[in-house]
Amino acid sequence: MEKTVDQKAWFLVLPVFLIVAFSAVLPLMTVVNYSVQDTFGNNQFFWNGVGWFKELLDPNTDLGERFLASVWRNLLFSAIILAIEVPLGIVVALSMPRQGWQVAACLVILALPLLIPWNVVGTIWQIFGRPDIGLLGYVLNEIGLNYNYVSNDLDAWFTVVLMDVWHWTSLVALLCYAGLKSIPDAYYQAAQIDGASRWAVFKAIQLPKMNRVLLIAVLLRFMDSFMIYTEPFVVTGGGPGNSTTFVSIELVKIALGQFDLGKAAALSLVYNLIILIVCWIFYTVMTNAGAERPAKGGIA
Amino acid sequence: MNTIPGRRIIISAFLVFLLLPIYWLVNMSFKTNNEIVTTMTLWPHSPTLENYVTIFTDESWYSGYINSLKYVIINTVISISVALPAAYAFSRYRFLGDKHLFFWLLSNRMAPAAVYALPFFNLYSAINLFDTPWAVALAHCIFNVPLAVWILEGFVSSVPREIDETAFLDGYSFPRFFVKILIPLISSGIGVAAFFCFMFSWVELLLARTLTSVAAKPISATMTRTVSAAGIDWGLLAAAGVLTIIPGALVIWFVRNYIARGFALGRV
Repeated sequence: MEKTVDQKAWFLVLPVFLIVAFSAVLPLMTVVNYSVQDTFGNNQFFWNGVGWFKELLDPNTDLGERFLASVWRNLLFSAIILAIEVPLGIVVALSMPRQGWQVAACLVILALPLLIPWNVVGTIWQIFGRPDIGLLGYVLNEIGLNYNYVSNDLDAWFTVVLMDVWHWTSLVALLCYAGLKSIPDAYYQAAQIDGASRWAVFKAIQLPKMNRVLLIAVLLRFMDSFMIYTEPFVVTGGGPGNSTTFVSIELVKIALGQFDLGKAAALSLVYNLIILIVCWIFYTVMTNAGAERPAKGGIA
Repeated sequence: MNTIPGRRIIISAFLVFLLLPIYWLVNMSFKTNNEIVTTMTLWPHSPTLENYVTIFTDESWYSGYINSLKYVIINTVISISVALPAAYAFSRYRFLGDKHLFFWLLSNRMAPAAVYALPFFNLYSAINLFDTPWAVALAHCIFNVPLAVWILEGFVSSVPREIDETAFLDGYSFPRFFVKILIPLISSGIGVAAFFCFMFSWVELLLARTLTSVAAKPISATMTRTVSAAGIDWGLLAAAGVLTIIPGALVIWFVRNYIARGFALGRV
């Protein structure tokens, strides 16, 4: 069904526009303002032009090196968690019970990690992974692995990745489950008549039907893992050394730790630009997928 | 037909994996610090409620929960009430710049909180809202309002347009149609959107911590108090953590049938 053109609809959107503009545009102006200035304290600012941006994008400077390293680290982290969470989420969604009280029970337990405050997620894994008082750390050390996330880079990464899998795989699973639920029974009956194998059913029916939600899942997970801050900060504090310092952690270190406002602002803008580009791709792909579906999405 | 072999084992193993760290936290919250540090026990051998008693009797502890709930509720109410008309507009009309506006909203949902921490601090200090629940509630609008618009747009779009037209023919004014007909029709969608606003506001820490100092300190910031010169008070930390899980677990129960669709942002 075609939407009617009516400019008066702007009045309905106005409150949203104002409230989001207040919390997004105004602060962003401050950031832009800081990014072109330098300060020697005492609230005295000097014009610095694009100096911070040059430094940020030049890997030979200290700032540029740190920024680039944190971006690569963050991309690696996002790639690893996507490679684990997406297939695992699909498998979990396919394993969901079909009916009865078990469905509600599974859904509630799956959603539980998503509703825990992020610093508590960090605290849970900080405790769980400790070799002296945590079950995971204790068991790993008992079976002969020398596991300590405070001093060993690899163990710190293992803990942070495992924590993210624990925290967010449910999101992928719930999205896939919603996609699977919208497949009419007739499709499966047709497949059965054709004598389709289990794998053929998955490839020809379930996967195409999950396309849309998988897209949402992949992009939400990418975005959220690319701006992850609280959980790794609580568990490892970005360490050992700098090994788990992701972009957000680096940014907060510079902005609130060293109070280097110019550098932090320049970093913020570049960071935001990366997010904006990925977001644009997401939006374009999603609206295209939306155009292909029948006029009414309807209730799943 | 639509499930896979060994599914019972897979789902059970995954649920155990999800519950084990939470169980460990609950387990620790009932132990004394002495038991935590000196022995490795799978369940509390000398269970104690002392940690919980400390939290419920010390005002600096329990006020953290109240402060958190305050800004979460304010934020949810603001987000839903501004998002409802906008969702209707996006679902029914085309207007100048509608697609750009929608994208701009979406991009704000994705903006990293770390970028906004410092500017928000300046902004809310300037307008004298620093250290009040309002500052945090308004700051959280940056990701919750776009999210609410998104979810509600999906639900409004599933209401057939003929219903609007019939109502207007019957002489309903727009506000009356909105309150009497549309809102009851998408009440489940409003529930889902409110749930998500509650959730994302409840789990966020960075902005909440930056925008408060004493009077409106959220529970997540209070928890850092357990670290002192004498080491970390593990039992107290665990008990405080357990208490932050409970509100979430309660609200999940009410929306359990809509969770999956809500996570798909009303777009399945």
